[in-house]
Amino acid sequence: MTHGRAETGRRVVAVEGLARVEGEGSLRVEVRDGTVADIALEIFEPPRFFEALLVGRRLDEAPDITARICGICPVAYQMSACAAMEQARGVIVDPGVRALRRLLYCGEWIQSHSLHVYLLHAPDFLGCDDALGLAEIDAGAVARGLRIKRTGNQLMATIGGRSVHPVNVRVGGFYRAPAVADVRALAEPLRRARDDALATVEWVAAFDFPDVEAEYRFVALHDPDGYAIESGVVTSSEGLRVDAAGFADIVVEEHTARSTALLARIDGRHSYLTGPLARYALNGAQLPDVARQAAAAAGLGPVCRNPFRSIVVRAVELVFACDEALRLVEAYDEPDPPAVAVAPGPGTGAGATEAPRGLLLHRYELDPDGAIASARIMAPTSQNHLVIEEDLRRVAQDGLALSDDELTRRCEQAVRNHDPCISCAAHFLDVDVVRR
Amino acid sequence: MTGPVASVPHRRPTLAVWKFASCDGCQLSLLDCEDELLELAGALDIAHFTEMSRASVDGPYDLSLVEGSITTPGDAERILAVRQASRRLVTIGACATAGGIQGLRDFAAAGQYVAAVYAHPEYISSLDTSTPIAAHVPVDYELHGCPIDRHQLLEVITAFLAGRRPVVPGHSVCQECKARGTVCLLVGRGIACLGPVTRAGCGALCPAVDRGCFGCFGPAETANTSSIAARLESLGVARVDVSRLFRTFNAGAPAFRRESLDHDAR
Repeated sequence: MTHGRAETGRRVVAVEGLARVEGEGSLRVEVRDGTVADIALEIFEPPRFFEALLVGRRLDEAPDITARICGICPVAYQMSACAAMEQARGVIVDPGVRALRRLLYCGEWIQSHSLHVYLLHAPDFLGCDDALGLAEIDAGAVARGLRIKRTGNQLMATIGGRSVHPVNVRVGGFYRAPAVADVRALAEPLRRARDDALATVEWVAAFDFPDVEAEYRFVALHDPDGYAIESGVVTSSEGLRVDAAGFADIVVEEHTARSTALLARIDGRHSYLTGPLARYALNGAQLPDVARQAAAAAGLGPVCRNPFRSIVVRAVELVFACDEALRLVEAYDEPDPPAVAVAPGPGTGAGATEAPRGLLLHRYELDPDGAIASARIMAPTSQNHLVIEEDLRRVAQDGLALSDDELTRRCEQAVRNHDPCISCAAHFLDVDVVRR
Repeated sequence: MTGPVASVPHRRPTLAVWKFASCDGCQLSLLDCEDELLELAGALDIAHFTEMSRASVDGPYDLSLVEGSITTPGDAERILAVRQASRRLVTIGACATAGGIQGLRDFAAAGQYVAAVYAHPEYISSLDTSTPIAAHVPVDYELHGCPIDRHQLLEVITAFLAGRRPVVPGHSVCQECKARGTVCLLVGRGIACLGPVTRAGCGALCPAVDRGCFGCFGPAETANTSSIAARLESLGVARVDVSRLFRTFNAGAPAFRRESLDHDAR
């Protein structure tokens, strides 16, 4: 549902019910006298109060409960919750468990990135309303996307039991290590998926991209052992280097009068971007050759500041995730035991991991018997919210010559550039349902 | 084809997907039908599905799938309009059928959650309850699970298009363990398991990874919850933990709700 209204000196572009994002949101752009006067990305997803309902639950319940925040990236929630609880209780997991977590997480990246690239984002570039329209003009591309997505889901189901809300993850590791033969059987589909991902990079690199550049402050985890997914320290393009707990301390979330969202800023001053563009800029040198060559062939430099080209970076990360999963599948040996014991007890812990759409941080305080006394969850979309609005302002200003319909599509696309997960963002402090 | 869906010949039936308070995981199950998605889109018109398409066609719709629970006054109004526009309405998932994990607010004091989370409770338009869709409008069929199983979803869509009842089992997870040859965790190893009182449909995933069922598909049709609760206590599970087991994603389902209240910490 879109409305464009031209009046003397005043023009409003509004999209109620933003499509092809996860969750319920809307956007509104108001132009006065040739200048973008007001921008709002509004979230009307009902709040679900996760931070309140976690209080009093046992520490080992956090992964399954927080997974229900988002059906698209449940593994991210499970992994950040496990990391936080293990830190709170002073537990370090075995390398075999860590490798299996990384493999499961690769499955989620493959599933989520292929969903976003093919079903949610690509239709914008080809003038279609959805992937079904896309299938009418390029059935092969959609089939390729669904093939990659199926492989991601297959990987998640093999390790986690199922792809939406996996059941095999626990604080300390896994309930049961998957059999070597079952994991090795993933190699063949992953090789195919890696080829498909390489074809994806070529395909999206040929799209037309609006000429927009932004000076983002990038924030991503960094892990000296490899392109960070399931662990690392928080780093930024401005030289920040801090652990998860320290990052939670310096991010200030401001409640604005418009109050559709708390706006996250580092030190209360700087908006920042997490997600594929940030990871690529900060950790791109750690990508395997196959992904770096694909990026170079697609014309990506070491840093990409055009948000519309995030689809190319996401495709490069698809190549990486398939390649990394293949490496882990071939090296897999059943971790024995599949989990280290985590005794209930007091503590404070923070855990951060890289959800497909950006940094996801959990922080918990546990009372003496190991029940959750307080919880804080910083979802990627809440952290990116301010930058998405800044992008919208820039894109709308640059696109004032477009017709209302074209400008509306362009603005929608600018939001989808960052793969927002509104279901995630709306469950926390930073989103209000406000009726004014 | 028989039934109301077929009453207009030569017209593809229309499907709408609606979201209320939820995680999107159940509607994602539709997009996870990688092998069937395009075929499905050929058999019916996907008229409204915001997660998938920016195009939306006005109702009436032959079949509406509804995800999520009712937690705001606005949504309590919106579901009435969805019902009115839908010939058949099927609820999908634990939020829509039992209130979901956000239904835990029903066990807290009124207003407590809003005050605990929000700096300005006066801005928040949220109910103190999270209720299933059937508490607001008549529902033609309920598909359970947190998340739903996508094969069951395809069966439900196929059945409604064909004008027949879906073939979805109402028995417990125990039968699925037997079918896949999983040795009983409860009997064999004394592991707390809600399988005997939980609706089948997942394929007994948890026992297969040495984990007791945690009831994400909600109560089976004939669930003797007090019997399993007594058994769990005899295994040494504390009363408060028995209560917790029943009080998760299907906490609002009557059988689970009653049992969790019976074992509440006192």
